[in-house]
Amino acid sequence: MEIQNIVDSAENNFLNLNSGIESFPILRIQNLNVYAEKNHILKDINLEIPRNKITVLLGPSGCGKTTLLKCMNKLTDLYKELKVSGNIFIEQDDILNTKKDIPSIRQKMGLLSQRPYLLPMSIYKNVAYGVKLKGIRDKKLLHYSVEKNLKEVGLWEEVKDRLHSPATKLSIGQQQRLCLARGLAVKPRIILADEPTSALDPISSKIIENLFVELKKHYTIILVTHILRQAVRLADHVVFMYYGDIIEQGPPDELFNNPKTETLKKYLVEGN
Amino acid sequence: MIFRRIAVDKTNNVWMVASLATILALPLIIGIGLYIKSIPLLEYQSAGSLVTSSEWLPSQGKFGFWPFIYGSLYVTMISFLLSAPVCVFAAIYLTQYASKRIVNIFMPIVDILAGLPSVIYGVFGILVVVPFISKYLAPIFDVSTSGYCILAGGIVLSIMSIPYMLNIMIEVFNTVPIGIKEASLSLGATSWESIKHVVVKRSIPGVISAFGLGIAKAFGETIAVMMVVGNVLKISHNPFKGGYPLPALIANNYGEMLSIPKYDSALMFAALLLLVVILLINIVFRYLIYKTQIK
Ligand SMILES: Nc1ncnc2c1ncn2[C@@H]1O[C@H](COP(=O)(O)OP(=O)(O)OP(=O)(O)O)[C@@H](O)[C@H]1O
Ligand SMILES: [Mg+2]
Repeated sequence: MEIQNIVDSAENNFLNLNSGIESFPILRIQNLNVYAEKNHILKDINLEIPRNKITVLLGPSGCGKTTLLKCMNKLTDLYKELKVSGNIFIEQDDILNTKKDIPSIRQKMGLLSQRPYLLPMSIYKNVAYGVKLKGIRDKKLLHYSVEKNLKEVGLWEEVKDRLHSPATKLSIGQQQRLCLARGLAVKPRIILADEPTSALDPISSKIIENLFVELKKHYTIILVTHILRQAVRLADHVVFMYYGDIIEQGPPDELFNNPKTETLKKYLVEGN
Repeated sequence: MIFRRIAVDKTNNVWMVASLATILALPLIIGIGLYIKSIPLLEYQSAGSLVTSSEWLPSQGKFGFWPFIYGSLYVTMISFLLSAPVCVFAAIYLTQYASKRIVNIFMPIVDILAGLPSVIYGVFGILVVVPFISKYLAPIFDVSTSGYCILAGGIVLSIMSIPYMLNIMIEVFNTVPIGIKEASLSLGATSWESIKHVVVKRSIPGVISAFGLGIAKAFGETIAVMMVVGNVLKISHNPFKGGYPLPALIANNYGEMLSIPKYDSALMFAALLLLVVILLINIVFRYLIYKTQIK
């Protein structure tokens, strides 16, 4: 139980710390530009992401939603053809121009992608992977973290008897929840979810949606989706993008009921 | 109309099955053919004693194949030890770190090297590797050698295997979806940690299969090795001494000295041995691939 206390008290400290500055945006993007060889993918983006809310990024295919998410955890580094400039502040750190080590910055963001990309290892190790990278080697602590995070995504009961079998044996819906659990295990501040339900059946999608509603108590969620009804169900803040620009943003009622621009109107009509 | 389509469908099936059957039967037919040709020798001495005996005096009716098998294993091992690490690291570099420009320059070169006839590698061995060994490498170890030796064979073979294995390995590493690497990075791994724990780990069955194909190819390679290995019939652990691999035995002697009784049959048996060893290598590596895939 001692272990549990250590971990939980650390978490509580972190939550208390947050409560004082609730009104500050957790993430601020200023003048973000991304160029590929030929096109200008993101055009001078300015955006603030509210804390402990679900921010939904909407927009037609190819408008730059995925690219924007990848800027937020510096996965754009993987694509040498992309030129990124501007500032992205997470808790006072400008992650695009910082000298701090990138792995620890990335751990502030949990990534959930379109398809569950499992690490080639067991269920247990998938969750423990990020925790071990934080330097935690203690078996009990690792086990505690694995159990806690699998419970958090409602997977524990389903997999507790086969923790050491390959993760690929799980169903797609379970795999996606496992990906969420391993992301949560590194205790991120923000969850970046890029169309996380697009490969899932309706029931698994619903589970993920419900989890997001639970998780926003402790995390900030940025969700890309093409499903308008999902956006309506989940969004606290909506950002509409079009060809690399943010055209409109605001609370969901406002945006969905009284869209200001013709582009968004058209998008909403076509989406329904 | 519909009957015609069904008929076409059926005939196509027959063709496919027939060509498949031919491919499946080919190693069997070759194996049986070689076996029948080796019967005169096998009637006279058992396969086991042929393989383990070291005396090769055909004119006295003594056929010991061990020196040839030993020579083949030795050059193959050296070749593998030299080429495998180079291939793994080069493939990792080209698929994970290199810019598109470097890849675009490098890949055609690899393809050209993989396609060069082996006699060119043999000439390269004679012109470069053999003198390098005798003039520079051997003196370091305080031995004198003509340079025509096991080591020269191993080096030439490794140079030949590199483009071949590298091609396969690049394919293998490229099949790892970038999303998996992104997942690992987003969990806080460094680039190298992601490559080690995720990209390479996922590619292990493919890398093993590349190793297997490379080893089988090296074991059977004839001309290039024959040109530099010395073709000396003596078992020595010293890689600066010459050796005599199995394929060289066949290539050097087939069509000559066939007046000696059973010589013809002995060369057929050597070919059969080659076939069996290559089949064994394939089976072992299939098993290793299977084993690593499960986990
Ligand atoms: N590495 C790259 N090199 C060149 N162009 C790129 C690269 N990555 C993305 N792009 C381009 O940037 C634009 C935005 O792509 P992005 O994947 O961010 O769109 P998206 O909004 O996520 O689309 P979707 O809804 O289809 O997922 C596209 O035109 C795409 O072709
Ligand atoms: Mg996308």
